Amino acid sequence: MTAALDREQARYIAAQAADARINFEIETEGMTLNMGPQHPATHGTLRIVAKLDAEQVVSAEPIAGYMHRGYEKLSEVRTYPQVTTLINRIDWLGSFANEVPFILAAERLMDIEAPPRAQWIRTALFEMSRIANLVLFAGDTGLQLGGQTAAFYGFRDREHVLNQIEAVTGGRFHPNFDRIGGLKDDLPKGWIAETKTAMAKVRDFCDEIDDLVTGNEIFQARNRGIGVIPADVALSYGLSGANLRGSGVDWDLRRDAPCGLVHPELDWKVYTHPDGDCFSRWWIRIQEIREATRMVDQCLDGLPSGPIMAKVPRIIKVPAGEAYVETENPLGAMGYYVVSKGDLGPFRVKIRSASFNNVSVLSWVLRGVYVPDIVAILSSLYFILGDIDR
Amino acid sequence: MTSAVLAFEMAYWQQSVLRSVGVLAAVLLPAGTIVYLFLFKMMSFMQSRLGPNEAGPYGSLQLLAEVGKWIQKEDIFPAKADRKLFAMAPYIVVASVLLVYVAVPFGPDAWFARLDTGIFYVLAVSSISAIGVLIAGWASANKYSLIGGLRAAGQLIAYELPMVLAVVGVVVQAGSLDLFEIVRMQAEGEIFGLSWFGNPFILTQMVGFVIFMIATQAELTQPPFDMPVAESELVTGYMTEYSGIRFLLFFIAEFASAGAFGIIAATLFLGGYWLPGLDMHADYMNVVGPLVLLGKMLFVTFIIFWVRFTYPRFREDQLQKFAWTLLIPLALVNILATMVLKVAF
Repeated sequence: MTAALDREQARYIAAQAADARINFEIETEGMTLNMGPQHPATHGTLRIVAKLDAEQVVSAEPIAGYMHRGYEKLSEVRTYPQVTTLINRIDWLGSFANEVPFILAAERLMDIEAPPRAQWIRTALFEMSRIANLVLFAGDTGLQLGGQTAAFYGFRDREHVLNQIEAVTGGRFHPNFDRIGGLKDDLPKGWIAETKTAMAKVRDFCDEIDDLVTGNEIFQARNRGIGVIPADVALSYGLSGANLRGSGVDWDLRRDAPCGLVHPELDWKVYTHPDGDCFSRWWIRIQEIREATRMVDQCLDGLPSGPIMAKVPRIIKVPAGEAYVETENPLGAMGYYVVSKGDLGPFRVKIRSASFNNVSVLSWVLRGVYVPDIVAILSSLYFILGDIDR
Repeated sequence: MTSAVLAFEMAYWQQSVLRSVGVLAAVLLPAGTIVYLFLFKMMSFMQSRLGPNEAGPYGSLQLLAEVGKWIQKEDIFPAKADRKLFAMAPYIVVASVLLVYVAVPFGPDAWFARLDTGIFYVLAVSSISAIGVLIAGWASANKYSLIGGLRAAGQLIAYELPMVLAVVGVVVQAGSLDLFEIVRMQAEGEIFGLSWFGNPFILTQMVGFVIFMIATQAELTQPPFDMPVAESELVTGYMTEYSGIRFLLFFIAEFASAGAFGIIAATLFLGGYWLPGLDMHADYMNVVGPLVLLGKMLFVTFIIFWVRFTYPRFREDQLQKFAWTLLIPLALVNILATMVLKVAF
């Protein structure tokens, strides 16, 4: 046995002895609560080790990695068009949005640009995947806080959007539709009118969920002032998306660093909330669903005619170079750092996914809260396990 | 009136068998009705789904199918569980519900035991279930279960008090602890000189009724007061480790006690087994009475489940605050007002 292990063991024994002494003197005992990897509040396999004093959290630590699928490494042995199949599965509720930054990075390396019509359709689908994602968030938060009905409404009304995505792409969850230089297909006939109806239904859902959940006194009591993340903490932990805007930081990549999508040409608004608590994050996401439906409507109104594919060689070889493209995805800023050596596939892909940074703040924000608040905070930070572990 | 006679003479064992069967029917029929009507169907329609619709007409035999499934399942004991207590806990919870039904008057002669202090007895035995829940939480050797069990105990202390205080208003107005007397006072009373619809205490004890219903919601651990079972944080709390028939017992107890509290609320506030236009002492009430009571019970449990499917969950400390700072003072004021008005009129 090495000296390091001996020291480890000695420290462990000393810690146990110290614990025992404390327990004896004040006749109370802390408890380590292991939330996850299998726990309904963790949306999958996030594990949170929380040290409790009665029901109060003394310290908590998120442990990720139970669902790591090695997409960054796998991307190195795929060709560029094949990579989109993998990265579809990162944020599985808003799949199309995952493809966009990677394709944009590849396009930047190849120095081509998608034709205008493709860009507008891309933006519409990008925002529709945001709606599909956030509508389920609205339902799921209701469920986490004990209101089952909201969850069913979320699943029901997400279907309107998913049906429209399926009508274009052929896939409900994993469209795999974005191509380097444009899109796979044009829109089907009659799709624009149907999508506008679907957007109206989603706006109805927002009103309904506002009636059912947002205005509810119990919901407000559970969320207001809980899990407050000040702006400086949010920035230092690298939060992004609604979690950052919920802390009062006015930062939205769609407006501040647009690349390849047509957001600057649309009329929309970035919402921020000064409180930084669970309720502000919830409120911002509901407003973002509304804004996204407006954006989709505008995209469909302003859709230019023309080709949907630029002139791209049949066998795609990306010239050597590096590119980093970041977009404002449903969960927050998502970026791909693509290094190419001029081969059929990328040499190296680094994925910056929003949820990984968003849950890193958990150990800071969970200190001192009660066990039920853990659930409220987790659901308001809103992570997707695939987005944490990739 | 304590020496009620059955219409025909029976040996003691015959009466006992009849009563046992009767109690089982009185517990299981309302529970099954509630589960099918509210948990399966009403909840589904509220949540824009169809609910069970394959087993039997409109899915009405779904519950039997579920029971068959639960009975077949393995009865799992966790490795570190306290086996005796773990096995015992569900029976304590069910027993508490069975005991509640003993004192309820279903008709002029249709009751299992006539107790002079009926409502006192009912409130006392209904709290026994908390002991079973606490035992279940402790014996499971599971941290989530333990938290759930402790929360249930804390909740009981907070909510037993407003419930009792809300009932005191009724008792003051009726002048009796006997449930039969309380029903009679509602049937034969009058309000503002009108007597054809008697005096259901919900009219004069509206505040008491609301407090009683809130306390019932907490006592039954239904949302928004379902912290002991909170499935999204405690993974159904004290029931986490239970499977098979023992889980079934918890399930029956949950819905049978919803029925029991529905019946108690109907008896205390809605006139019990009596309806305007019926003679509460007539013989036919032994048949009609239970049906009337079942209908009123369904009305009360409808409210309970409506709230359950709509509201999110409180936090434990918010619940305690709600009980101690709002409900209990309100209930005390209600008692005071009832007493003053009782003396004045």
